[in-house]
Amino acid sequence: MSTTTTTHAAVPERERPPAMVYGPIAWARANLFNSWWSTAVTLALIYLLVKWAVGFIDWAFVNAVWTVPTTPQGTLDPTPCRNAKEIGACWAVIGDKYRFILFGRYPYDEQWRPAICIVLFIALYVMSAMRRFWRKELALIWIAMLTVIGVLMWGGVLGMPYVPQDTWGGLPITLILATFGLAFAFPLAILVALGRRSTKLPAVRMLCVVYVELIRGVPLISLLFMASVMFPLFMPVGMNPDKLLRAQVAIILFAAAYLAEVVRGGLQALPKGQYEAADALGLSYWQKTGLIIMPQALRLVIPPLVNTFIGFFKDTSLVLIIGIFDLLTSGKVALAEPIWQGYSSEVYIVLAIIYFIFCWCMARYSRGLEQEFSRAARR
Amino acid sequence: MMIRPTSAGAGFLFAGVLLAVSATAALAQGTGSATLDAVAKRGQLVCGVAGSTAGFSLPDSQGVMRGIDADSCRAVAAAALGDAGKIRFVPTTTTNRFTALQSGEVDMLYRSTTWTLGREGNLGGLFASINFYDGTGFLVKKATNVKSVKEMDGATICVQPGTSTELAIADYFRVNNLKFTPILIQDLAEIQNAYLSGRCDAYSTDASALAAFRFQQGDKATDHVLLPEIISKEPLGAMVRKGDDKWFDLVRWTYFATLIAEEYGITSKNVDTFMSSNIPEIRRLLGLEGDMGKALGVDNKWAYNVIKQVGNAGEIWDRNITPMGIPRGINNLWNKGGLQYAPPMR
Repeated sequence: MSTTTTTHAAVPERERPPAMVYGPIAWARANLFNSWWSTAVTLALIYLLVKWAVGFIDWAFVNAVWTVPTTPQGTLDPTPCRNAKEIGACWAVIGDKYRFILFGRYPYDEQWRPAICIVLFIALYVMSAMRRFWRKELALIWIAMLTVIGVLMWGGVLGMPYVPQDTWGGLPITLILATFGLAFAFPLAILVALGRRSTKLPAVRMLCVVYVELIRGVPLISLLFMASVMFPLFMPVGMNPDKLLRAQVAIILFAAAYLAEVVRGGLQALPKGQYEAADALGLSYWQKTGLIIMPQALRLVIPPLVNTFIGFFKDTSLVLIIGIFDLLTSGKVALAEPIWQGYSSEVYIVLAIIYFIFCWCMARYSRGLEQEFSRAARR
Repeated sequence: MMIRPTSAGAGFLFAGVLLAVSATAALAQGTGSATLDAVAKRGQLVCGVAGSTAGFSLPDSQGVMRGIDADSCRAVAAAALGDAGKIRFVPTTTTNRFTALQSGEVDMLYRSTTWTLGREGNLGGLFASINFYDGTGFLVKKATNVKSVKEMDGATICVQPGTSTELAIADYFRVNNLKFTPILIQDLAEIQNAYLSGRCDAYSTDASALAAFRFQQGDKATDHVLLPEIISKEPLGAMVRKGDDKWFDLVRWTYFATLIAEEYGITSKNVDTFMSSNIPEIRRLLGLEGDMGKALGVDNKWAYNVIKQVGNAGEIWDRNITPMGIPRGINNLWNKGGLQYAPPMR
């Protein structure tokens, strides 16, 4: 587009390094074509990759059906999709169902509210990720943001109609379960990890050991079942803590047990000298833990921590077995619609992309954090 | 849809005892029904549904629950509270549906649940109505020229594992001295693909699901034949807790009211023209005489509200099941060749 031409002052051209030693061609020669065997493998893989990519592009874009006509009765007519079956993707299913997949059974006219909540959640993540916001005020921002999210989701004030939480669904549910789950599980995990290493309080230590081993000994799915099926039977009739809340508590307890072990790993990796030095300075137990031990221990365990975080973000989809419409469940329910049965690939691809974006961002961020923290060690 | 009930646990008994106690305590005042009082106080009926079965209860693109189970729930809300919109749907799974009912999380279940002795005898529930008569059927390709299940000796049959369908087929083939090879596939889309691609000779599940599946094939629907044998009985209907007979009455008679309305041709559109009718049963149905509503502990206009806001049984069927291509068959009224029969309202 640009038509401007720039004339460079006569800068003496630096001599380029020989192409056969450095640069992409040399790299390819050294790594992909260095023997007849590796050349054959490379060519075969390139062939398969191109063939697959061409097939996928054909399916996903070239032959894809983007919209379907509406019948005079006001329903959608999936005939174009049916004709393109096996040849092209039917993205019309997403066009029809994307709001249901994203927001579940939340009242249609009020869906701008969960949409804002998603944006707020992401803003909250981004802010918490930036080091310049790592101050005491961040806790206040979290409380404020979560309050705003609660007000938006429930409504009932400021002219917004009340929306009970059993109609919530889709991505907000996934984000709520994951965010609250990890936000409450993490502090709990630190306490449990400290408790498990405590030498002066044997009772507390036993309690922490029993908690961690009990929770780790059962699958998350059975904990969710207990929370959803068994727990209500032990409550007085008519007193039913909400299903979402019960699932949330189960997820917090489960995540905390796993995170506690990760944190304990960090505590064990610290040299004894650090503890003794802190003691020698005359610090109290909590000063020692807060100022000396935890900052170092947590830095050591960033990779396993993020690993657990990513795992739990995806594990929230298990709530589908107790009838909560999280992102994955909404996608599955959208597919139960008779006219869209058989177009599961399209819906699952979209769901996979959403999950991938969140998990990839977490992974990237933890890599950045690790590099930043290990700067001191590399010096 | 019809996973066999697993162990329910002693918790049910415990909850049942508690419920019985609270129900007798409530007899002293109110309508005489603890559940109805709770619903009235809350101003909302809480109905347990599947939330994932097309035609029965499934949220549409706007998140509104649609289906005959959903509409049957709305009818109860209209009868109990005078407003079909005062309802909350709780999606339940096959595993937690009975607990949800027992613990009082939901007031009733319309969750395509089969009425069986075991469920009434052991699970502390009562079936108040049957809004759908279903049964296990077989779908085969027309090209195979099979006309009856009796001709299917040695056939391979695609079936979902762990369902009552699997049991029914095994029993039926053993009784008739036939052999078959089951191909067990859990996932619905996969099982349908397996049948279409010819991995199995027949696809077996609930006849309603087979009819819907056949209908979805569009132009190719005529390539498939639903065999005449229906080899098991699957009456699907409403389930309420034991120990609250008044609530049971209301749920049951709400359903009968939709049947009686259909018998007389009263629909949501023309119900007002019947307000001047001379036929005694219509007058009793619409609350013009007889205090029928009072007997159930609700407003005398209860059935009028049901018909006006939700419609009669035929309308509910046409709205939800007809678009899926399922013929009404045995679900028709008794005087039109079906099994749906309501006792007289007098």
